[in-house]
Amino acid sequence: MGLEQKTGNMGVVTTTLEQVINWSRTYSMWPMLFGLACCAIEMMAAQASNYDMSRFGMELMRPSPRQSDLMIVAGRVTRKMAPVLRKLYDQMPDPKWVIAMGDCASCGGVFNNYAVVQGVDEVVPVDIYVSGCPPRPEGLLHGVMTLHEKIKRERLKDWK
Amino acid sequence: MNDHLHKAVDAIQSRFGASLHQYAGEVTLILGREHILEAAQALRDEFQFEMMVDETAVDYWPQQEPRFHVVYQLYSMSHNVLLRLRVPLDGNAPHVETMEKIYPGVNWKEREIWDMFGIHFDGHSDLRRILMPHDWQGHPLRKDYPLGYEEVQFTFNQQAIDETKPYAKE
Repeated sequence: MGLEQKTGNMGVVTTTLEQVINWSRTYSMWPMLFGLACCAIEMMAAQASNYDMSRFGMELMRPSPRQSDLMIVAGRVTRKMAPVLRKLYDQMPDPKWVIAMGDCASCGGVFNNYAVVQGVDEVVPVDIYVSGCPPRPEGLLHGVMTLHEKIKRERLKDWK
Repeated sequence: MNDHLHKAVDAIQSRFGASLHQYAGEVTLILGREHILEAAQALRDEFQFEMMVDETAVDYWPQQEPRFHVVYQLYSMSHNVLLRLRVPLDGNAPHVETMEKIYPGVNWKEREIWDMFGIHFDGHSDLRRILMPHDWQGHPLRKDYPLGYEEVQFTFNQQAIDETKPYAKE
């Protein structure tokens, strides 16, 4: 940070490209609407005024995968829904992240039977697992903030 | 049992040899597979049972003869009475005539019964699976269908299950 000290206050900030990109990715995230069960109610509550997810830069849930970079899988995924989930994930542009919200999306939860996928990580790669049945909005926000931490640790050389 | 229901039950019993069962004010007629269509036609046209409230099935496995019951719940809006019809079916390739020609609304219900119990409805216009994926094997609501339980990961077996678990790739 030697430049400011030498030239005085010019309204200049110096940083690294990596940090700027990670910062902008973190605070302008476009989540995709993927409510499947009761967790979706908590997800809606997290977006509403009490918890206000827009404080973390994600006030608008997109129903279109091509304009989003975060998939919040809220609820149990049935074996019939799994190909749909994968298709939507494949349609999302890189970089993209997945939050498995709740026990059902993380590991199948109480639905240990033939019809429900035992953890959405069998279908898409998951970044953050949020526990709870369903998790409270605070839980989801904690998951989102953990994802922010994870994104801030990303390095240029690891990008595909 | 009110008068109208009494008349209808008597008529079906005498014409088709149905057996009558009553429990907690609910009236059930058990009919043979060959009579069910005519009986429903008579109930709709002569006794004003305008509505098929529900059609479903029961699996009495391991009993084989009969293994399944197909249950028809009829309702007469004109007289406010309910009547239930049941058809016993054998376990080996169970099939029954479709009710679609009399009550068109049962189309999806019969598809669901086919999907879940594997009871074939002869003459059905569109007998596909409705709930399970189209390439699914077996009929999940049959009593002999495996539940599909997967072993739960705990600390002591986490490693072993993790090695066989099909994780998704990017």
